[in-house]
Amino acid sequence: MAEGYSILVDTSKCTACRGCQIACKQWNQLPGTQTKNVGTYENPTDLSFDTYKVVRFAEGSNGNGKPYWYFFTEQCRHCLSPGCMAAVENDEIVQDEKTGAVIYTEKTKDLNFKETLEGCPYNIPRQDPKSKVLVKCTMCFDRLTNNMIPACVKSCPTGAMTFGERDKILDMTKKRVEELKQTFPKAAAIKPDELRVIYVVTDDPAKYFKFASGK
Amino acid sequence: MTNHWIDLKNSDVILVMGSNAAANHPISMKWVQKAKDSGGKLISVDPRFTQTSAKADVYAPLRSGTDIAFLGGMIKYILDNNKYFPEYVTNYTNASYIVGDKYDFSEGLFSGYNEKGRSYDKSTWAFKQTDKGLPERDDTLQNPRCVFQLLKKHYSRYTPEKVSEITGTPVNDLSKVYELYASTGTKDRAGTIMYAMGWCQHTVGVQNIRAMSIIQTLLGNMGIAGGGVNAMRGESNVQGSTDQALLFHILPGYLRAPLATETTLEAFSAARTPKSADPMSANWPQNTPKYVVSLLKSYWGDNATKENDFGYAWLPKLEPGQNCSWLNLFDVMYSGGIKGFFAWGQNPACSGENANKVRQAMAKLDWLVNVNIFDNETGSFWKGPGMDPKSIKTEVFMLPCAASVEKEGSISNSGRWVQWRYKAVDPPGQAKPDGDIMIELMAKIKDLYKKSGKFPDPIRNLKWDYTDAKGNFDSHKMAKEINGHFQKDITLKDPTGQDKQFKKGDPVPAFGFLQADGSTSCGNWIYCQSYNADGNNMARRKKDDPTGLGLYPQWSWCWPVNRRIIYNRASVDLNGQPFNPKRPLLKWAEGKWVGDVPDGPWPPMSDKEKGKYPFIMKPDGLAAIFGPGLNDGPFPEHYEPLECPVPNNLLSKQFTNPTIKIFAGELDKHLTCDPRFPFVGTTYRVTEHWQTGIMTRFQSWLVEAQPQMFVEISEELAKLRGIKDGEKTKVSSARGTVDCVAIVTTRFRPFQIGNVTVHQVGMPWCYGWVTPKNGGESANLLTPNVGDPNTMIPESKAFMVNVEKA
Repeated sequence: MAEGYSILVDTSKCTACRGCQIACKQWNQLPGTQTKNVGTYENPTDLSFDTYKVVRFAEGSNGNGKPYWYFFTEQCRHCLSPGCMAAVENDEIVQDEKTGAVIYTEKTKDLNFKETLEGCPYNIPRQDPKSKVLVKCTMCFDRLTNNMIPACVKSCPTGAMTFGERDKILDMTKKRVEELKQTFPKAAAIKPDELRVIYVVTDDPAKYFKFASGK
Repeated sequence: MTNHWIDLKNSDVILVMGSNAAANHPISMKWVQKAKDSGGKLISVDPRFTQTSAKADVYAPLRSGTDIAFLGGMIKYILDNNKYFPEYVTNYTNASYIVGDKYDFSEGLFSGYNEKGRSYDKSTWAFKQTDKGLPERDDTLQNPRCVFQLLKKHYSRYTPEKVSEITGTPVNDLSKVYELYASTGTKDRAGTIMYAMGWCQHTVGVQNIRAMSIIQTLLGNMGIAGGGVNAMRGESNVQGSTDQALLFHILPGYLRAPLATETTLEAFSAARTPKSADPMSANWPQNTPKYVVSLLKSYWGDNATKENDFGYAWLPKLEPGQNCSWLNLFDVMYSGGIKGFFAWGQNPACSGENANKVRQAMAKLDWLVNVNIFDNETGSFWKGPGMDPKSIKTEVFMLPCAASVEKEGSISNSGRWVQWRYKAVDPPGQAKPDGDIMIELMAKIKDLYKKSGKFPDPIRNLKWDYTDAKGNFDSHKMAKEINGHFQKDITLKDPTGQDKQFKKGDPVPAFGFLQADGSTSCGNWIYCQSYNADGNNMARRKKDDPTGLGLYPQWSWCWPVNRRIIYNRASVDLNGQPFNPKRPLLKWAEGKWVGDVPDGPWPPMSDKEKGKYPFIMKPDGLAAIFGPGLNDGPFPEHYEPLECPVPNNLLSKQFTNPTIKIFAGELDKHLTCDPRFPFVGTTYRVTEHWQTGIMTRFQSWLVEAQPQMFVEISEELAKLRGIKDGEKTKVSSARGTVDCVAIVTTRFRPFQIGNVTVHQVGMPWCYGWVTPKNGGESANLLTPNVGDPNTMIPESKAFMVNVEKA
């Protein structure tokens, strides 16, 4: 299924304000968890049953001696052919026809979490230790069905995230990569043909986050 | 801001220095991004590689507190390489003025210095005058005593090598920044500066900004779309509260507060009403008496009459030289000179520099009223760390107030847009809007003064009619009062010379109609027009953009008179034609101005009879490259911060700013080049927390994202001190100690300052002991209480610390 929607995440425009991370918590009514500073701005340190989206911070030095600081707002990619659905038999995970959103239902409690997680190239699904239900980003399905764009996209101040019909997003992605290539030869979109959440990066994806382009 | 947020998109080169816009003004980056989308370049100059640096085309590091050296080097570069805009510099700035014979500069000191008083006799900086009382000029800019040549001479010492030795910025990086920014000195290019507390909070804070103002006028970047000097405000309405005279030294609309020696209205007005003998100078401040009398009429209504000087005697007065700014207030409080204190919407226990002293000072009070939406370290100071509640006599009252969405009123943003906001929900519990708290407080005060009290006239005679039928604060009445009313039926000429009739009680259309004879009232002249016969202009929400420059003239209202970019007459040539036809902000066509609201109705300067200079708020009408009004010199000069890592100033024998006030009490400690505190420290904010964190530290999602006090240190320093990423450390200064988690980062690099390696570290100041648990304490326990000699803003951006493993 190649119709439906997509989200373009243009990391070159992301300032790591984390509006998206907070908006995700707010819309989905997820609690703030107890965290501590472990020597980075990045927090919480990983996705969890209470966290569907985390902004990853990655820093280092480039060849020219200048520092870099890359920001990568991690979330479910809503794959066109989701690896997490390999073992699905009974609508535990569904792919919405109109939007293309990959939705985890309550029935995911019957799935083998380990297998589902292994099936995801991006290490996204998480499990509620109590109910055993699996969760992740819903593409704000409950907003989409009420004519609202996803909360994270809505909150983005710089236009780093754009939501829209998939073909238009693909066109935008192509255009943006071409623009960026003039300054950043390594500029590329990460697997635009396989994913609905398409990240545009200006450097090696692994420098942004270890699972940026898959495990 | 001389310009406004949206206007950032019109820039060709954006310099972010003294701020970290991406983290602290996130929405600004929307407009920065738009500029970049159109080919604009972003420069970030910061001791630390920040979120803004991460988006920049050019990044250059500099040691905290050396901005004037950096910018002075840029001035030299612009002059040496003829990158300035000659037509603009000659016609629109005071570059051609001849400075008087008494002016001199040597070894870091300007002429007229008095060592004992730590002050200058500024009369030695005066311009030479012709017998007609006009400044003497040399439009060829060749006279060695003209401002242009003196500027050249002053900054000739700021060579790239010398600058690099002071700032620690590699020469190569300096050149890149200078070259790119100076490229905006042409007619068709605009450069802008986005700065904030990183420039202000220094003992040379005002001169940091002066240095940039000089650059902007040299390059012709003032008054144009995509240009300006743009201060990003740190609170959503701090612009509004400053406009309404939050500070001790002003009355609403930036009228300087009266002094005790100015015993009559005439004496007061005369001292604030500059004269100009130049017919080409609009000298707008000559209207000051109109604004003063209208303000007095607003305060005291019919009780303010010509016979009683419109109640001028009822205004509180400052003693000459008296300075009631923050550092002085808390110094007096610490020595027991203040009995009661309203901490209204603030948290001095965490926001005040040398916060230990602030906390001790509050223990000397009889009473403290804490007005806030949450408990904070100020209201609860008496049970804080190191305090013995039993021994503290201060009685504390907590008054819960409404949050911004729980009341109606206006908010003025950094771009001077005054935007009306509606109430979304009622405040919870007993919380009340600030206006209602003030009304209740004043009712009680008035009641007490009815019976007795020393000098009751100012209170008894107040007009004070800002309530609705139910007795609640009425923000519309207040807003109309600020706009002003006619006090009697009157006929006046409008700007085109036509007669216009007004009835008593009519709102004043704009400040051009304000009068000095008591026939108008106005609570703040710069807000006159905000709420007039057209209605509440602040509530306008029309999205028309006739110029295409993003001025949106019918969205909200902006002061003055809805002028979106001030000094806009500097965007056109002498004939009123835009320097940059691609971004025409203003144009003289068929006998009138088209575009933004012009800085006055007069024709362009080529009209020798009626034309006026563009900088109408300056008495002589020109931008001041040489500024003889500040306390620490007419040109910015590099001095080291009060606490610094180097034993001398490489530019002169004058080590620190010679005019700063040094507090010398038992808690006023400062140490320079002391081996116990070898590292440069600075403070900043993070996106997730607001100021001291009172609005954010109770919010679990934000605390989750940024939970604990930290210190950012370089990998080199971490190695030196044996500290690993995420480990607990102690950061200390001469004044205090704060526990911090170490963030070891490549984004801080040691500076090479001459032969010495200087490490710098940085901390946020958003935490405090009240909440969250294990969140940590305020970085202001470390910062020094020393201020800029003009504003007394504290130097919290450059001081000395030690970092050790905890």
